[in-house]
Amino acid sequence: MKFLARRLAFYALTAWAAITMNFFVPRLLPGDPVTALIGRMQGRIDSNAEHSLRVLFGLDENTSMWEQYVQYWGLLLKGDLGLSFTHFPTPVAQIVTQSLPWTVGLVGVATIIAFVVGTLIGTAIGWRRGTWADSLLPVSTFFSAVPYFWLGLITITVFAVNLRWFPSNGSYDRGLLPGLTWEFVSSVGYYGFLPALTVVLSSVAGWILGMRNMMVTVSSEDYVTVAHAKGLPSRQVVLGYAARNAVLPQVSSFALSLGFVVGGTLIMEMVFSYQGIGYTLYQAVSTHDYPLMQGCFLVITLSVLVANMVADFVYVALDPRTRQES
Amino acid sequence: MTTSTTLSAASAASVAPAATDPVPVVPARRRAPRLLFVRNAKALTGLALLGLFALLAIVGPWITPYDPSQVSADLLQAPSPAHWLGTDHTGRDILSQIIVGTRGVMVVGLVAGVSATVVGVIVGVTAGFIGGIGDETLSALSNVFLVIPQLPLIIIIAAQLPSAGGLTVALVIGATGWAWGARVLRAQTLSLRRRDFVEAARANGERTWRLVLAEVLPNLTAVIASGFVGTVTFAVLSQVTLSFIGITPVSEWNWGTILFWAQNNLALQRGAWWWFVPAGACIALLGMALTLVNFGIDEFVNPRLRSTGLHARSLRRRGIRPRVGFTPVVREEKS
Amino acid sequence: MSASITTTAERGAVREGGRPSSGGEPVLEIRDLSVDYGYGDDPTHVLRKVSLTLNRGEVLGLAGESGCGKSTLAYAATRLLAPPGLITSGEVWLTGRDGTRADLLRLSDRELRSTRWQDIAIVFQGAMSSLNPVYRIGRQIVDGILAHRPGLSRSAAAERAAELLELVGIPADRLRSYPHQLSGGMRQRVMIAMALALEPQVLIMDEPTTALDVVMQRQILEQVMELRDRLGFSVVLITHDVSLLVEVADRIAIMYAGEIVEQADAGDVYRRPRHPYAHGLLGSFPPLHGPRRELSGIPGSPPDLSRLPQGCPFAPRCPHATDVCREARPVLGTTRSAEHGRLVSCHLHDPELRDVLPAELAR
Repeated sequence: MKFLARRLAFYALTAWAAITMNFFVPRLLPGDPVTALIGRMQGRIDSNAEHSLRVLFGLDENTSMWEQYVQYWGLLLKGDLGLSFTHFPTPVAQIVTQSLPWTVGLVGVATIIAFVVGTLIGTAIGWRRGTWADSLLPVSTFFSAVPYFWLGLITITVFAVNLRWFPSNGSYDRGLLPGLTWEFVSSVGYYGFLPALTVVLSSVAGWILGMRNMMVTVSSEDYVTVAHAKGLPSRQVVLGYAARNAVLPQVSSFALSLGFVVGGTLIMEMVFSYQGIGYTLYQAVSTHDYPLMQGCFLVITLSVLVANMVADFVYVALDPRTRQES
Repeated sequence: MTTSTTLSAASAASVAPAATDPVPVVPARRRAPRLLFVRNAKALTGLALLGLFALLAIVGPWITPYDPSQVSADLLQAPSPAHWLGTDHTGRDILSQIIVGTRGVMVVGLVAGVSATVVGVIVGVTAGFIGGIGDETLSALSNVFLVIPQLPLIIIIAAQLPSAGGLTVALVIGATGWAWGARVLRAQTLSLRRRDFVEAARANGERTWRLVLAEVLPNLTAVIASGFVGTVTFAVLSQVTLSFIGITPVSEWNWGTILFWAQNNLALQRGAWWWFVPAGACIALLGMALTLVNFGIDEFVNPRLRSTGLHARSLRRRGIRPRVGFTPVVREEKS
Repeated sequence: MSASITTTAERGAVREGGRPSSGGEPVLEIRDLSVDYGYGDDPTHVLRKVSLTLNRGEVLGLAGESGCGKSTLAYAATRLLAPPGLITSGEVWLTGRDGTRADLLRLSDRELRSTRWQDIAIVFQGAMSSLNPVYRIGRQIVDGILAHRPGLSRSAAAERAAELLELVGIPADRLRSYPHQLSGGMRQRVMIAMALALEPQVLIMDEPTTALDVVMQRQILEQVMELRDRLGFSVVLITHDVSLLVEVADRIAIMYAGEIVEQADAGDVYRRPRHPYAHGLLGSFPPLHGPRRELSGIPGSPPDLSRLPQGCPFAPRCPHATDVCREARPVLGTTRSAEHGRLVSCHLHDPELRDVLPAELAR
């Protein structure tokens, strides 16, 4: 399991790097969130509170950077991400934990659907070259070049504003009480359909293209020719030999591009006012709520790392060569 | 030992001189590889589109019909001869906004692309060339940057800057977006380093920096180019996204700013499609141009990817179905 | 080095005594096979009207420099040639066990699929890359068996796979191994075991031992020859190593630039080559027996198939080339003295064109 051990060490390193970056970004950039906050509150915070705010946000000028860093880690390990400016004094951790499940549900499910569908289509196009299927390529190129949020705007215009098939924003019918009732769950599905469709439409092209190219490359491998020479049924050759191997780099590139894909799909939440972490980040940015911003970034990054780890486990399950004891 | 060589009908014929049956000489046509790239239809289309946008970026401000920020009485007008792409909620001309905005987008793309590529080349080539612990460290660094979601990182950095103008955003994108290029370049350099010609140059006592500049870098041109194009694509999308969510100054025109105004003034609900469709289409078109150029580079580097669909029609006419495992048999009457 | 391998003559004797079915009956007959590379207007003609016959029970060697089309011939005859390969003419007749003949190039996909492995099995060049890296080798042997014996149970097929592995000298518990856990030699043996799974009539081996060390090469070839004596299949052995062929093949065909330039009994080719290229090719290997001689080699380099000269493709490198060689392309025909079982494609053997044959080709 040397491969997994190496990967785990890498994720620990990445998590440390992300957290450290998160610590330094507000401290090294010009500008001062506390002064900004006090300015915005226009006298509603008295000046004595300013110092305690600074300590709270870890921006105390009387402690050294190193002490702050240690303090920051201590708070973080207790799950304390500070207090939100806009929802003062709600802890950031609380806001973030409320919105994270929505994102995991929407972005996670849609990304996996896009990956699976794209990989299947890519398999077909890569295998049957020189047919009509090749004409799908330019179409998918167009979709991969469209910014995610713009595609969101278009689907809202068409399906929500003009056709009125789906709601244009929100994540469930506000008249319902959240709970495990059929009514609520179906409402979530109904509200989530349009944003999910947009995520799938805009990210599927990349997977199609990647799988197509891998299929083309793998098809000329000897073991595929051997499979044909063995007289195996086409289905078995395509799925068991060609696609089964082509999917390996596809999975590792899935892991690598998760950060990119997730970043893009979070914007979709902003467009659809979907109450996930992306929308929270958007609100934090527009209200200059720095602790919330930082908290969102941290949670997004850690989630992507977890997803990456899952992808690595899948890879290990798929490729026996990584399981070699050495 | 049994040996009865079976003669096939044709070859059993006499050894008569074949002069009566001259074999047509195959014309020796070999295209220079560089021309091949330019001949690639995808790359050509992409380059042409890019050229168009570059031209707009340069001459944009002089050819706009209106000042893009000029408020007028024509509020939220649909496209008309006076305003080809209509107006926004304060009567500003959208076509002018798009034309002027081109420069912002192109400059950010270029600056971010160049800076990310420079960092990527330095990190990637160094890592691939020095090997050992230095390589491990640099690779880990680029993998960390690769895994951390870039857009949220750019957002939190840009949002905390006092002023996030175009150039600042470009540099932030460049500073966070070099990792992919570095990763690919490292792998390429690693394989190049072991090639004979590099080993030979090294054995000749060539200095390392000369080795890198003269032997390694020229062989990485295609990879660097494709990394550059990829970064530009990402930079354009990121910047437009940042503008759309209102992080860059809203008075600085680019395609994202237009969409910001549209989104915040309920263009969707008001059915003002002319407000947000053209800007998005421009982004998509630019993105597509860049992707096409990258396809061209990919196919140039990896000939296996060249689509046989290029002459799909002639294949169909001749009854050829290119398939792995079942070589097509086509018996054509040679006239 | 050759001590463990029986000579051709000895083996011939063994066969005549041991197995009854070894007449001159053709099992695989390739006629006028032409192959192009590229679907465009300007394809490269990599095979031009190649005809070749494999008789039942024989080992036919196919030799030539790399790029001469010997592998292409094997792949095209089984329609396994990858795009942009295109078969433009020819027939490939396979005689079944029951005597029925079928043209592989005219079979439907289904018929071809059922013929593959059952009648013709192939061992490919790269032992390393011929096995699917993500499946255990047991599964890879079994799926080949099950594709042709749908009635067979998985466990019965697995038993058969274990038998096959032991046949090539690999312990049966290796069935659970993945390809990357095996050495190169073992992988090639696995490929051979896999190829013999359905007791095919024809076994095509494309440079089966190139990637292996010399000791391993001999061991494996020896094993195949042994199995052939026991199981009675015919072999097409493709290699650039003529000395290897001289030892194991009954007949040898030598290819140059997409054509067969000479074919004859192995011993004849070895001792009395009739084509200047065959002579040169043999001169580039040390002799196995007999007095030492100077290694000569062939001057020049293999031709570029996309721009062959008008006349004989070998003319630019041929020490005996004359004007007619540079203008007219020779065809495969009998030798000057019309020796039995020999064909050669060379103007030197046309009495109308040349009075005498160079001494080295007239021994």
